[in-house]
Amino acid sequence: MSERRHSGGPPPIMGRRGPGFGGPVEKPKNFRVTMRRLIAYLRPFWTSLVVVLVFAVASTLFAIISPRILGDVTNTVVRGYTQEQVYDRIMRQLPPGTKLPPGTTGADILAKMPPDIRAKIPAAQVSAIEKMDLSHRPGIDFAGILRWVELLVGLYLLSAILGYIQAWIMAGVAQRVTFNLRRDISQKIDRLPLRYFDARPYGDVLSRVTNDVDTVSQTLNQSLPTIVTSVTTIVGIFVMMLTISWLMTLVALLIVPLSLIFIRLIIGRSQGYFVQQQQTLGQLNGHVEEMFGGHTVMKAFGGERRSVAEFRTMNEGLHESAWKSQFLSGLMMPIMMFVGNLGYVAAAVLGGWLAIKGRLQIGDIQAFIQYLRQFTQPITQTANVANVLQSTAAAAERVFEFLDEPEESSEVPYPVQLETVRGEVEFDHVVFGYDPEKIIIKDFSAHIQPGQRVAIVGPTGAGKTTVVNLLMRFYDPTSGEIRIDGVSTREMTRGDVRRLFGMVLQDSWLFTGTIEENIAYGNPGATPGQVRAAAEAAHADHFIRALPGGYEMELNEEADNVSAGEKQLLTIARAMLAGAPMLILDEATSSVDTRTEALIQEAMERLMTGRTSFVIAHRLSTIRDADLILVMRDGNIVEQGTHDELLARNGFYADLYNSQFAHPGAAIALPQEAPAEAGVPGDD
Amino acid sequence: MLRLVRYLKPYLLALVVMLGFLLGQTIANLALPDYMARIIDVGIVGQDLGTVYHTGLVMLLVALGGGACTVGVGFLASRIATGVARNLRNDIFTRVEDFSLLEFNHFSTASLITRCTNDVQQVQMVLVMLLRLALFAPFMGVGAIIKAEQLAPSMTWIMAVAIGVLVAVIALLFTLAIPRFTLLQRLVDKLNLVTRESLTGLRVIRAFNREGEEEAKFEQANQTLTDTNLVVNRLTAIMQPVMLLVLNLTSIAIVWVGAHRIDAGSLAIGDMLAFMQYAMQAIFAFLMISMIFIMVPRAAVSGRRVMEVIDTEPSIRDPEQPASVQTGDGTVEFRDVTFAYPGAEEPVLRDVSFTAAPGRTTAIVGPTGSGKSTLVNLIERFYDATSGQVLIDGIDVRDMNQEELRAKIGYVSQRAVLFSGTIESNIQYGDEDLPPSVVEQAARIAQASEFISQLDDRFAHPIAQGGTNVSGGQKQRLAIARAIARDPEIYIFDDSFSALDFRTDANLRAALGRETQDKTVLIVAQRISTIMDAAKIIVLEAGRIVGQGTHAELLRTCEVYREIAASQLSDAELAATDGGVRR
Repeated sequence: MSERRHSGGPPPIMGRRGPGFGGPVEKPKNFRVTMRRLIAYLRPFWTSLVVVLVFAVASTLFAIISPRILGDVTNTVVRGYTQEQVYDRIMRQLPPGTKLPPGTTGADILAKMPPDIRAKIPAAQVSAIEKMDLSHRPGIDFAGILRWVELLVGLYLLSAILGYIQAWIMAGVAQRVTFNLRRDISQKIDRLPLRYFDARPYGDVLSRVTNDVDTVSQTLNQSLPTIVTSVTTIVGIFVMMLTISWLMTLVALLIVPLSLIFIRLIIGRSQGYFVQQQQTLGQLNGHVEEMFGGHTVMKAFGGERRSVAEFRTMNEGLHESAWKSQFLSGLMMPIMMFVGNLGYVAAAVLGGWLAIKGRLQIGDIQAFIQYLRQFTQPITQTANVANVLQSTAAAAERVFEFLDEPEESSEVPYPVQLETVRGEVEFDHVVFGYDPEKIIIKDFSAHIQPGQRVAIVGPTGAGKTTVVNLLMRFYDPTSGEIRIDGVSTREMTRGDVRRLFGMVLQDSWLFTGTIEENIAYGNPGATPGQVRAAAEAAHADHFIRALPGGYEMELNEEADNVSAGEKQLLTIARAMLAGAPMLILDEATSSVDTRTEALIQEAMERLMTGRTSFVIAHRLSTIRDADLILVMRDGNIVEQGTHDELLARNGFYADLYNSQFAHPGAAIALPQEAPAEAGVPGDD
Repeated sequence: MLRLVRYLKPYLLALVVMLGFLLGQTIANLALPDYMARIIDVGIVGQDLGTVYHTGLVMLLVALGGGACTVGVGFLASRIATGVARNLRNDIFTRVEDFSLLEFNHFSTASLITRCTNDVQQVQMVLVMLLRLALFAPFMGVGAIIKAEQLAPSMTWIMAVAIGVLVAVIALLFTLAIPRFTLLQRLVDKLNLVTRESLTGLRVIRAFNREGEEEAKFEQANQTLTDTNLVVNRLTAIMQPVMLLVLNLTSIAIVWVGAHRIDAGSLAIGDMLAFMQYAMQAIFAFLMISMIFIMVPRAAVSGRRVMEVIDTEPSIRDPEQPASVQTGDGTVEFRDVTFAYPGAEEPVLRDVSFTAAPGRTTAIVGPTGSGKSTLVNLIERFYDATSGQVLIDGIDVRDMNQEELRAKIGYVSQRAVLFSGTIESNIQYGDEDLPPSVVEQAARIAQASEFISQLDDRFAHPIAQGGTNVSGGQKQRLAIARAIARDPEIYIFDDSFSALDFRTDANLRAALGRETQDKTVLIVAQRISTIMDAAKIIVLEAGRIVGQGTHAELLRTCEVYREIAASQLSDAELAATDGGVRR
């Protein structure tokens, strides 16, 4: 089920996935330790990171200075404009065509004015008028403005370029770190003992490679630069605001905690509904999976109406929590907008008052408003940083946990290599338990001569694969040892032990790739001729050539473009080509049709000739013909011997044999066909 | 996606009210710069403090009103979107519950689950956003342009250029990026595949000492993914600086051009500042619109997947006037039944005719793919025969009400399916009102009493989803108990004994034998030993009946049967049964 959820999602184009703003945040167990390790991954890139930091700060600073400069431009425009107005007003008082001589200043005119008129001019303007040269019509200083504009364009361009270079470098670092994390996980997979994977679903490891690494990658790529620019922006804007007006800055700062309080309030409330929504959604999805998965049974027992009614109730509950969480998390935007507008109004009114008092210019108000507009976003972003870092740490922690798992014990320093292998296998007082506290194989000894055939039998779930696990050194015995040709497997490398065995398991695993590649899996250097010969020996050649593409046909992921039986034939061919001196086989069960089963049987027979073989056996003939039968029950090997010996012992094997093979009269008994005798099984 | 529109119909009124709120929200946002211009031009330039205060107060009220409208929009948008999603979910689920196996095969179970869960969720998510933004952004964009046009028609070209440049940049970036996004998804899948294979095939990889090669394969997938990711990230990173640059250059252009207008006396200073605000609002509106254009196609895919299911008519429906069904003796008859999947060249079943009589066991054997399970599915009417008839007590199953038909049958599927609940609720699944005594009796016959009695809460023991907390054998026994509890006329066992150990199997079949004495019993089996004693064995191969009779008869007359028997039974057994010698 879990894969479907992974692959169904859209590619990560914008932003991180998850419930979004207001959703619950996953918390790491140990934030500090995890972060320190994550930083260690960044260490090789520290020069790049310094450049990123410097460029991000520089880019932000250039962007922050600009509104102030633009404000000055406006001020210049306003100054020129007011002077024009004043000049025009003065000239209107004089006879038309009058030209004042050079050197006439506003002060001269003011001096000549009647006192009652003069008193009407605001004090702030008087000093400006006094300095005015009235010999010609003043105008807006376009030459000055042009210089400012050129500077501004330069700054903005520089800011954009630096910003992009920063993003470019950061993307490189983030991808490199992501690559390294993934590679470390992949290599770790190969160093972990099978014990680890047998104990947990593989989806768990898979999600660490994909989802968790993705989360870390996105934080590095987006959130880290955002943190830098946000903090720089906040500090920079604060300073710029202060240079404009401390009073207005104070008011603006009052608005910030207000918006933070709103955010906290909403997040707190919406989280509850988000959790509830996730829970109901989980329930509902569970019901859908269950009902669609068991569709025939549901219909066969007339469960439609009940199922639909149940679904509707859940759906109603989901709707209830869904709209509330949607609405509450959606409140964030209007509230932030309202708070922003509040600041806007405050700046306009307060600025207007200050401007009239002559303590502020219009361009300053404009710049302040621009700063105010840019102020709220970095604040919400920084407020969210804690959440982002926490979920990143939680993801990174899962990755590191995996990387920290204890690895397989190291190989012996001077491993023994067998030159020629006879195939003699000896179990010497082997004791084993998957959990060392729970021993399942208690003191097992057996001696298998070269070329002998060993059948492993027992009811389902008796632990027949345990023997395979021990032989292949997927697991090591808790005590005692297994010797091959007199050499303990512990004294060989795991790779060398595994080379001694050809393995054909029932869950015949094939990988995506061509059929030829699959057959040559254990012998990558094999020629096409050798592959063909192995396939022929395994009775697989015929069906392979009937497939579209023949040996070149690509097997898909589930390998469901060949049947279960054909898969087994391919794995037999694979083992044939690997040419190992000993064999481990798993006989086919009911999923294979009878004809293919016969082919498999023949191929296996051929494969086993002359090789010491261990067979997980289901077929009576295999069991009866075996040189040694190991009888397993509840994980332990409870009996061993030949068929006749074991029957004579009249123990578990005899019981098993009788109930399974001896008399098939246990079919559903019918009065006219098979009378009462069927009621008492195994009584012969 | 368009077909989804009909789901908005019940919310027409809410939509209209929401539009009103949207309008209010837009007007408020557009009015604010106007008031600010008034503060500057009348208040500051005219030295009128009263106007400043008065206008400030009005601005506050407008901002408040705008905020309230936005909240209203948010409220209605979430109500409408989640409401639509709820109705969609109800419809798709109800529809799927009516589907026959034909539709299940067509869509695949996994896909139906995704459509009913993730896809609906996706539609809901995008719908909320669409309602909030898709209408607001055009309102805002057009409004801001009109406002700007009123203030300074000679400067609107600056906005046009800015919007044009931005849209061009976005369009360019996305034509470059989208194919890479698709590629990226494939590479992610590839990496997942390699990882999954190295996990599921761990034993084989280690057995063949191929760890190095698998790692190299992973390394390569990792490298291509990293490279492509890098290109995509660097491509999309252009967006942010370019957007800011355009915004800022627009401001500069407005001030530069505006200064000349002011100098010429055709523009007030406050109006220039207001114009600047409108320009920003218009540009942001267009940015939002382009985001919507990017997001809608994705939701449209989900919407289409959902509607496809809702618009599919189930191929099997109850007849308009169902035949009145009485309790009969449960004779099942196939009359020249042929079944082919639609569009398939070869039929799965061909001219199948036989009768399964009450009080006897009819077994169906044959190689995999010979049509055994399809045959029993026709009795349950999970499929309808392409030609010919399936009759129960002489009535064609297609003339019966489906529920009444299935009430006659106790069906045990190949894969034991339990539902979450308790042991009791599972056994009672066919009839909720069954008294505890019947439930216990059914469990006893199905050999489930022993393990149930060992549980602390016995019949109230919870069953997890998918029955994962009971073993395969226990699951199968409970599934059998569920069929017995129905006390049906007909039993169908579709290869239902495979997960039982030998002794339980034998005990169960003995107990069942007594229970099913006067019932019609159909057993599908792989193993000859299971059905050797059946009154009638039907041998299927490639959809045809190639033999009918008892075990002994078939050994003599039927080649296919002999082959199957030879591969499963020992020589001694064959000889024994062949000769009719019974112990």
